[in-house]
Amino acid sequence: MRSDTTDFPLKKTLINNFVEHGKDIFANNKESIIDIRNQAYTKFIEQGLPTQKLEAWRNTDLTAVYNEDYDHYYTQANVIKDIDSVFQCNIPHLNTTMIALLNGWYVYKDVPLKTMADGTIIGSFAEAMKVYPDIFDKYYAKYATSKDDGFIALNTAMAQDGFFIYVPDNVQVKKPIQIVNVIDYDKNIFLQTRNLIILGKNSELTLVHCDDSYNHQKCLCNTVSEIVQDENSYLDHYKMQNVNNNSTLINSSYFYMKNNARLTTNGMSLNGGILRNNKHITIDGEGCEANVYGLYLMDKKQHIDNNVFIDHAKPNSMSNELFKGIMDDTASGVFNGHVLVQRDAQKTNAFQRNKNILLTDKAKVNSKPFLEIYADDVKCSHGATVGQLDTEAMFYIRSRGISEDSAQMLLMYAFCDEIIQKITVEPLKIRLEDMVKKRLRGELSVCAQCVLHCSHPEKEFNFEIDLSKI
Amino acid sequence: MLLSIKNLHASINGKEILKGVNLEVNKGEVHAIMGPNGTGKSTLASVIAGRDVFEVTDGTILYKGKNLLALPVEARASEGIFLGFQYPVEIPGVSMTNFMRTAVNEQRKYKGLDPLPSGEFLRLMEEKKKMVEITAKLANRSVNEGFSGGEKKKNEIFQMAMLEPTLSILDETDSGLDIDALRIVANGVNKLRSPENATVVITHYQRLLDYIVPDFVHVLFEGKIVKSGGKELALELEEKGYEWIKETLI
Repeated sequence: MRSDTTDFPLKKTLINNFVEHGKDIFANNKESIIDIRNQAYTKFIEQGLPTQKLEAWRNTDLTAVYNEDYDHYYTQANVIKDIDSVFQCNIPHLNTTMIALLNGWYVYKDVPLKTMADGTIIGSFAEAMKVYPDIFDKYYAKYATSKDDGFIALNTAMAQDGFFIYVPDNVQVKKPIQIVNVIDYDKNIFLQTRNLIILGKNSELTLVHCDDSYNHQKCLCNTVSEIVQDENSYLDHYKMQNVNNNSTLINSSYFYMKNNARLTTNGMSLNGGILRNNKHITIDGEGCEANVYGLYLMDKKQHIDNNVFIDHAKPNSMSNELFKGIMDDTASGVFNGHVLVQRDAQKTNAFQRNKNILLTDKAKVNSKPFLEIYADDVKCSHGATVGQLDTEAMFYIRSRGISEDSAQMLLMYAFCDEIIQKITVEPLKIRLEDMVKKRLRGELSVCAQCVLHCSHPEKEFNFEIDLSKI
Repeated sequence: MLLSIKNLHASINGKEILKGVNLEVNKGEVHAIMGPNGTGKSTLASVIAGRDVFEVTDGTILYKGKNLLALPVEARASEGIFLGFQYPVEIPGVSMTNFMRTAVNEQRKYKGLDPLPSGEFLRLMEEKKKMVEITAKLANRSVNEGFSGGEKKKNEIFQMAMLEPTLSILDETDSGLDIDALRIVANGVNKLRSPENATVVITHYQRLLDYIVPDFVHVLFEGKIVKSGGKELALELEEKGYEWIKETLI
């Protein structure tokens, strides 16, 4: 075992936990899965936890996060029978099929895995791994390659649960599926979730994935999602992040697209201590379309790192990235956009834009576009701007009697609007319009929507805890 | 006296543009300011409105007896000054409705009034749109986004109608307009004229002044008003050109 110069206590703990809690981690896993876990474990020991020495982590320092003490647990400590009591989705008129994760474990009312009327299977990742081994043999751990960074290997080795969605061929899922990721724990916690989403040929799905409703404890959350899109499938994907300033979210999504698949993935990061979003999209088909959008609004000492990699492996496909961010106070942001166009990927269209507004002298952003092009008949572009609000527009607005503060609000909102207008789910769009406006005014309390009401301790809340699981 | 400008000097980036402008405007009057390109017409308009890229190095501006130069941009607007921009800015993401509602209500707040109720505000919008013959649904359109030159100018007059200013300064309102748009814009301006307000029309060409008939015409030349007269001055200028002015100054 090679000794790592960056031997954080957290790494040692995790390495030991793998051995000590092996029984729980491998529970109900068949041979092939255990093999995958063992290989990933070896990888993790080799790679360790990422530090700034790695190019892809150059601008994000997790040292303090690695040096914290966290609780870890490997059994499902609380099972909430009634998810509606945990999180009341208060987006008016948003009619979705809602599923929830609590502290990394799938929460269910009656069964951990359900087949809907249209044939869609939704439920616990752990349960699906047991019940559908063939699907897992085919798709699991095929796309989230451990060579990328230690967090992927760590997740593959040790993550036990998350959510699983399988949309059969030719099924257009009518209602959006909403996944709410809740963390409620009274001490610092380290947890990992693993998700697998499969879209069959010609299928359609809208997926709204929310990380929010946290208390004020520190958490380090390592999530890996693999999303496989078969031919001509369409995925409309939203990732909302609104977590407390003590949260570190490492969120890696691996998308794999076959011929004529279409993807729109829109990440809105409204609050969080350190948010690291890895988006890895493999376009392994012709006629594909991948739209990758992001909005990040950071203030105080928050930090966001959006790392996007798009691999055009086949010709005649297109990708389009637009990331916009506003940084206030001493917040910092990173955008790394790597587009790879392989030698045979002729007639690729790949566009990338990153726009940033800095509201203070101390706020900062590192924007690194990187186009790596080997084909010769392509259209590719990239652009990055870092600046202030448009002074011409400010004057125009103020010349109508609008105060400087209000004018600033209008322009900041206008900046965000481009990304918000990409939301196709109308009630969600309206909700985001409101949330972003509140966020810009500093009125968006992390706990506002959460039933846990940490900011209003006088309000009662109810949980049903299954003590037999503790 | 509504507006009294005395010996106004203004520079941008150290370069002096206005070199001692004198101008007096009373309520109920329409003044035209003409002059060749680069002579300071837009600068004068911007300085009155409060654009801070220009530095006022000397002189005074009294508006309703108050020192205008001491007021920030939005206060000047709330006191009743309106600038019709020569090149109205496009502001994607800010809806016309939201923009106007915010402006109307902030100006009301400045005057100690309550905000206009929603229903009344929308009625006001419809009424003023008709006045400027704007038929398009402005509600969800962003400010000036995708508007043609003529539409942008009409939109300036629409905003003027919404805000009911006491002193309007229209900077080259006719530039880029065809005859029809010109007629509509001029009609709008004329409808808004009253004995209680005043308009300063900045223009290159005499043509607009056929529609918006001025009481006074001034020629701004090399940063100063060098000649003033009645509406006939505009015709004389059209006939003889700005070279004539140069000659009369020697």
